[in-house]
Amino acid sequence: MEPLLVVLQGLPLTLIVTIGSFILGAILAVPLSLGLRTSILPLRLICRLVVDLLRGVPMIVWLFVLKFGISSPEFRLTSLEAALLGLGTISAGYLAEIYRAGLQTVPRGQYEASQALGISRPIAFFRIIAPQAVRIVSPTIATYFIGLLKNSSIASTIIVAEMVFQAQAYARQNLSISGVLPYVFAGLLYIALSVPIAMASRSLDERLRKSVI
Amino acid sequence: MSDNTSLLASWLQFLPTLLVGLRQSLWIIAAVIVIGLPLAFCLALMVMSKRRLINAVGLVIVEVGRGMPALVILYLVYYGLPRFGLNLTNIASVIGALAWNYSCYCSEIIRAGILSVPKGQLEAGQALGLKPRITFLRVIAPQGLRSTIPGLMGQTILAFQDTSLAYTIAVPELMKQAYSLGGESFQYLRVFVLAGLVYAAVTLPSTWITTWVERRINKAY
Repeated sequence: MEPLLVVLQGLPLTLIVTIGSFILGAILAVPLSLGLRTSILPLRLICRLVVDLLRGVPMIVWLFVLKFGISSPEFRLTSLEAALLGLGTISAGYLAEIYRAGLQTVPRGQYEASQALGISRPIAFFRIIAPQAVRIVSPTIATYFIGLLKNSSIASTIIVAEMVFQAQAYARQNLSISGVLPYVFAGLLYIALSVPIAMASRSLDERLRKSVI
Repeated sequence: MSDNTSLLASWLQFLPTLLVGLRQSLWIIAAVIVIGLPLAFCLALMVMSKRRLINAVGLVIVEVGRGMPALVILYLVYYGLPRFGLNLTNIASVIGALAWNYSCYCSEIIRAGILSVPKGQLEAGQALGLKPRITFLRVIAPQGLRSTIPGLMGQTILAFQDTSLAYTIAVPELMKQAYSLGGESFQYLRVFVLAGLVYAAVTLPSTWITTWVERRINKAY
């Protein structure tokens, strides 16, 4: 059972990295997704390029740029800060694209109706359009969150002591057959963590659907 | 190398080494696709099978392959299999691990595509007296697989980015080359930014092509 306990020691950091970077990404994605839909062409192109770069460069490269690239005697990110910032901005890129797709599915008539009722644009967006979009994309966001949970394992490469890092440290000390066990336990823990999220998302989705119809 | 070399000059110096790494990355992803796609098709058939045992085995392979992070699968294959007498080189390990991971995601895309074909097509095939196997291979699969193309392309772009994980087991791919160059020159920022741009030079055009294919396929229906 020792390998399991060692891997469990990394669980809090896995959750901190996953949840922290998800929150950061979910917030940053709002202006980014609006930028993807703006009618101002240069701004839209810049946002598109930012989103494509965030999604098109491997996570490990972003993390290495933040951890080993941007470091001077005056300014240095800790491993956890680099992981949160890196995974957070990457999440913003993916989530902005998800938000954009959701906003696109809200029928134009909804905008026109809110205009006809004399509702101001920001209020119409936050009270009428966004809630409908959230309903549509909530399962996609849950899937992304589960993906992020697994991707948080890459933070082990910049020495964040999360589950995979702990597994590696233990495996190095115990080169016998038990060296494999921590990886097995880590893998099973990821599966065990994602099952409840998937179940919660499914029931949330069903509830949201019911409240519409 | 001193700090005052211009950015462009140092990039020109790094680029050839990084391109050698890129070639290795592209070889890995090519092997992953060649192994992964047929495997994905088989897994999709297994998961759709009505036979309990085949269905259960398929589900376990797919759910474990999708549920574990690619990095954990890689470590399991690279550090784990030798303990059971199966010695793989580091490149074979990364190809095996990523192919498994990739085929599991792709099998779900393929399964969704095949299930999206209306049931009437199957019944029409039966009414025409076609054998079930022929109906599936000649009627259902071509229609179902067509709609999966953009999804599979997107998954392939993600798998290409995952080849950077091979750095952790010292495969001399793009990320590993970048790290070595960083260690030699101490210009980590410049090297990693250039490495990022090299990855982007592959993934961005691929993304645009995927979007274009997606639009075309949607239009035709």
